Amino acid sequence: MIQVLFFAQIRELLGSAKVEHTAENIDTAEALRAALAATDDKWAKVLASDKLLVAINQTMSQWDSPVKDGDEVAFFPPVTGG
Amino acid sequence: MEQCNPQINVRVHTEDFCVADEYGLLACNNQDGAVVNFVGKVRDFNDGSAVTDLTLEHYPGMTESVLMQISQQACDRWPLSKVTIIHRVGTLVLGEQIVFIGVTSAHRKAAFAACEFLIDFLKTKAPFWKLEAGDTGRKWVEAHDSDQQAAKMWQK
Repeated sequence: MIQVLFFAQIRELLGSAKVEHTAENIDTAEALRAALAATDDKWAKVLASDKLLVAINQTMSQWDSPVKDGDEVAFFPPVTGG
Repeated sequence: MEQCNPQINVRVHTEDFCVADEYGLLACNNQDGAVVNFVGKVRDFNDGSAVTDLTLEHYPGMTESVLMQISQQACDRWPLSKVTIIHRVGTLVLGEQIVFIGVTSAHRKAAFAACEFLIDFLKTKAPFWKLEAGDTGRKWVEAHDSDQQAAKMWQK
């Protein structure tokens, strides 16, 4: 399984902080995003944001970065700390 | 590239910090002639709207690791002895301290530059998000292009 985390307004808009997703047919961050988006119209809209960022195993990653069983993948908006 | 064996201290927590205590820890080494500190506070406006409080969310684990990485990058660029980064999370009211960055070096230019580099990188790389509450309700703070540009300047 892949642990999927959501932060800030992405978490609020989805109404979910964490889900598990099967690693079957998932090879990249983009494939995971597409699979999650396909589950629900609201999720499709939120996850379509062109500002969405992805971290794999707590490292900032690209949409074509590989994702495998056991990974932790987080989706979040641009950061605004400091 | 200067090499150093710095003492890096990174903390993310809800509790406030004491600038005098942090300064004392940074300044106890007499080899360092320069100590530069930056403190970020909750201010009363953002983008023209009144703000009453601010809630900071982060990504536990990844946040600390990014702060360690940018501290290490600063130490690779400048001859620093100590780096302290403290960032608070949770709900903070007007005037409260949000972030502390402190660096020490033998010389002021390195210390000033490293401190500015650290805040510019923290604002664009570390997974923190701000939710503002004000007269018109709650809203997530948008990332500013100017912050991205400030961070990019260091890549030249």
